Amino acid sequence: MYSQALDGKVAVKSESMDFLEEFQKRIDAEEKIEPMDAMPAGYRKTLVRQISQHAHSEIVGMLPEGNWITRAPSLRRKIALLAKVQDECGHGLYLYAAAETLGVSREEMTEDLLEGRAKYSSIFNYPTLSWADIGAIGWLVDSAAIMNQIPLCRCSYGPYARAMVRICKEESFHQRQGFEIMLALCRGTDRQREMAQDALNRWWWPSLMMFGPPDSESRHSDQSMTWKIKRFSNDSLRRKFIDATVKQAEFLGLDVPDPDLKWDPDLNGGEGGFRHGAIDWEEFRRVISGFGPMAKERLAARRKAWEDGAWVREAARAHAAKTRSANRRDSAVSS
Amino acid sequence: MTESTPLWEVFIRPRNGLAHKHVGSLHAADAEMALQAARNAYTRRGEGNSIWVVASADIASTDPDRNAEDFEPALSKVYRHPTFYNIPDGVENL
Repeated sequence: MYSQALDGKVAVKSESMDFLEEFQKRIDAEEKIEPMDAMPAGYRKTLVRQISQHAHSEIVGMLPEGNWITRAPSLRRKIALLAKVQDECGHGLYLYAAAETLGVSREEMTEDLLEGRAKYSSIFNYPTLSWADIGAIGWLVDSAAIMNQIPLCRCSYGPYARAMVRICKEESFHQRQGFEIMLALCRGTDRQREMAQDALNRWWWPSLMMFGPPDSESRHSDQSMTWKIKRFSNDSLRRKFIDATVKQAEFLGLDVPDPDLKWDPDLNGGEGGFRHGAIDWEEFRRVISGFGPMAKERLAARRKAWEDGAWVREAARAHAAKTRSANRRDSAVSS
Repeated sequence: MTESTPLWEVFIRPRNGLAHKHVGSLHAADAEMALQAARNAYTRRGEGNSIWVVASADIASTDPDRNAEDFEPALSKVYRHPTFYNIPDGVENL
């Protein structure tokens, strides 16, 4: 019954109807799937795509913020930003490791990123022009990431869910340090308030795009929901983000750059919620396909890091091999 | 294809008195570098006071396809549990 949905292909021969139904029963019973369990090829493929994109996003996400570490306005801000960027690196590592349990190697994933075959979050293809951007990223981008990630802690694939639990625990400081930066600017001079407003103006729409295309166009959503890889639709998470964030912007005294934004008391089953204006999906498609303002720089920076580090990886392996053979010689002599 | 660096599984003991628990994996050329990387990646917030790393290739595992043979016999042996035995009311400390 699910065979037709496997990335649009007919299920391979070994994936009998019985096997697929049995698998779906395990998913429906909220059983976690673990690395060595039998799973449909489509499930594996979907997870490899999603987890590796997620990992790439963490790694590329270090670049726009790393750009400001040396220019942070105080030591307090600098140590916080350093710790945050170090966390992103760790998050990338947890996620690559989770993807590797599905049979794809770290090197393959890295090469897919460097060759431009793999995607990463469109948000990191925008430039960080001022210090306020670091505040806006922590506040908006990390808030959006948390909203996306909390449901992933309950994802049906065990290693991904476990990685997400660690990540979510660590992520909440990112969001708070960002809001604190915004708050300091908003309580500062007129010029600082302008900086904060300018950052919100530039980061608001890209943040909304982080939740992915609207439900009506999302290619992978339905099957991912059935497999419980995804728990909520793109649009519902986006609305949740807007409802939470607009109130925070009000607290900061900043204007959300959406003239069509308005409160609708009938949304969310009568609890009320915000309706937002049209999102420029053309821009989203352009940026996610590698045409964002910073896309070339981001990949060039990753390529440089990978190539410059090649001799280190090589030397470490050579040293390990040498030590192993020296140990073997020693134990041969002593026996 | 680039040559790969071996994969290690990382186990952390949160504090004395508890067992080491699997927390994730990482790549490193040797055990010493794996321990350093594990410290940086997995104990940034006081998660533990002891780390084990084990080369992933050295871990042997049961096959989930054989779970029926391996683990179901345990389920049918209810007499291994105390609730299997009937003790009349009034008998204490059993």
